[in-house]
Amino acid sequence: MSAPGTERPAAEVVLRVEHLVKHFPITRGIVFKRQVGTVQAVDDVSFELHRGETLGLVGESGCGKTTTARTILRLEKATGGHAWYKGQDIFTLSGKEMHELRREIQVIFQDPYASLNPRMTVGDIIAEGWRVHAGVMPKNRRRARIHELLELVGLNPDHINRYPHQFSGGQRQRIGVARALALEPSIVICDEPVSALDVSVQAQVVNLLEDLQDELGLSYLFIAHDLSVVRHICDRIAVMYLGKIVETGDEYQVYDGTAHPYTTALLSAVPIPDPAARNLGNRILLEGDVPSPANPPSGCRFRTRCWKAQGVCAEAEPELVDRGQGHPVACHFPQVEFDPAR
Amino acid sequence: MATTLTRDTVGGRPVDPAAPLLAVEDLRVEFRIDAGIVQAVNGLSYTLGRGETVAILGESGSGKSVSAQAVMGIVDSPPGFVTGGSVRFRGVELLDLAEPERRRVRGNRIAMIFQDALTALNLVFSVGWQIGEMFRIHRGVPRKQAQEKAIELMERVKIPSARERAGCYPHEFSGGMRQRVMIAMALSLDPEILIADEPTTALDVTVQAQIMSLLAELQQQTGMGLILITHDLGVVAEVADHLVVMYAGREVEKGPSLPVYHRPAHPYTMGLMDSLPRRDVHTERLRPIKGSPPDLLAIPSGCPFRPRCRFAADICAAKEPPLAAVSAGRVSACHFWEEVSRERSGD
Repeated sequence: MSAPGTERPAAEVVLRVEHLVKHFPITRGIVFKRQVGTVQAVDDVSFELHRGETLGLVGESGCGKTTTARTILRLEKATGGHAWYKGQDIFTLSGKEMHELRREIQVIFQDPYASLNPRMTVGDIIAEGWRVHAGVMPKNRRRARIHELLELVGLNPDHINRYPHQFSGGQRQRIGVARALALEPSIVICDEPVSALDVSVQAQVVNLLEDLQDELGLSYLFIAHDLSVVRHICDRIAVMYLGKIVETGDEYQVYDGTAHPYTTALLSAVPIPDPAARNLGNRILLEGDVPSPANPPSGCRFRTRCWKAQGVCAEAEPELVDRGQGHPVACHFPQVEFDPAR
Repeated sequence: MATTLTRDTVGGRPVDPAAPLLAVEDLRVEFRIDAGIVQAVNGLSYTLGRGETVAILGESGSGKSVSAQAVMGIVDSPPGFVTGGSVRFRGVELLDLAEPERRRVRGNRIAMIFQDALTALNLVFSVGWQIGEMFRIHRGVPRKQAQEKAIELMERVKIPSARERAGCYPHEFSGGMRQRVMIAMALSLDPEILIADEPTTALDVTVQAQIMSLLAELQQQTGMGLILITHDLGVVAEVADHLVVMYAGREVEKGPSLPVYHRPAHPYTMGLMDSLPRRDVHTERLRPIKGSPPDLLAIPSGCPFRPRCRFAADICAAKEPPLAAVSAGRVSACHFWEEVSRERSGD
């Protein structure tokens, strides 16, 4: 977390994504499948993730944040674009190289109940990755390493033989973290890692993730819809709407110097836990729902719900560039001045 | 509304005009399961006036939802039993009513909406039909008129092009629209109290904001009392007049929401506030509450929050803290509430 004005030196880029596109075909018919349309889940997404940095990917459900991560991991085949891991083009890697990459990029999932096998002990869950990536940890060191990992994530190493159901939600999420770290990754994709946890436990896991990053120099791609948590944990934030990044910048640029109307509306919808800051009356309420990604609006995809929309918004798609705010924003009519009232 | 004034009996008993809309006192609910007896709600009291919003705040297992089910009379029984206390609706004891009378209170006088609107709706009937069902069954309104009333209600909860969409099925609606359908059904019989159990938890923030502002608007129109069950301190801060914080089935702090937020008098409330990041300010490091909520079958002796509390001393294990009066209308179940509330005196 950098204080305002203190630019951290540009660290090595560990992940670069350029013009990533993922379209899912919509088909009709059972025997003779024909394509009748496409769901444009991710459309021209570019970003860089530096070493030791946390990049937040935020947006409403269905905006393409998880699909972006899945496509980078080649769990989905990209329709277009490129992704480089430390200079290697991920989408052209051979099976063997991909095997190695999957160790370098680990994932922590949202649901700590569904993401752990109930029939395996904690020790086996953490060690499972080593059965696939045998080179990471010699067999005779594994048990000791599991102890270390459990300690690292704040669990009692004596619980190595327990099963997931014997743990609370927060503890299970710690097991998920230990499993990811067992393979010594350099990037961890955190897909809504705290949203299933109780409020009093969320902060524990957030602090753990921060400590581990400092200790191990990890890079996080942090996917979440909770904008308060994202502000806290992320160095840079990319706001997505209908498969596109609409605004990106550091915490202060995106939250205090918001330029895109969608970001403004999204932030204004997040309640502040203080009755004195009550703003039900003057908050920006977006009308209706997010349009279908199978048939996104022409031009700017947000224009159908935007109070600033004009003719040009339907005709020309705004590019994600700096328009005088100091950070890139994809809007023809961005907020330029800093508004202290927000 | 004028109509509520003319309805002056509940289950055949006359209402007390001087009584509050709802008075819950020392409510106790337990679940008798194979593993033992779980005290899900252990002495909960609050009152709700017309046009007021009371928020019951707690984490999973705190008993907040069960307490609402007890008020509504829909606790799964067995294994759940309301074992004590009273729930008085305008002075009439609901716990004494026979089931047929209780059923008439549900929907007519007290309505409820749930977190998961999709499971609460029937997938094989159109939404217009389901809303209209309220009028057909409870009021004996003929089919055609019921359909018209359903459309009116859909307009009232701001479902766009209500007339066309009345024939749609729940799967054709988005999450926010389904919750609006639930609200329409709940409001159909002009209830005096609406209980909203985590109404926006499954929804995106932008939709959550729409639903919360809709509820506030409807409350203003009808003057109904709103009981909001939630775990979200942000949502509570925006709408609640009064706040009841529950932990392990007990009320730990209670009072008008502004003073409770600004100067918590219970370490659990304070811990919740401290562990939350905010979207409007930069936070350096979160201060979480240690440990996790207790197993309800093995609640610690004395104060249930004691193992997670940084103020805990010997007395906390020996004696369950009584509700201490902090100020007018405010109580805290902590032996050290004075010390706790002093921490924020600088605010």
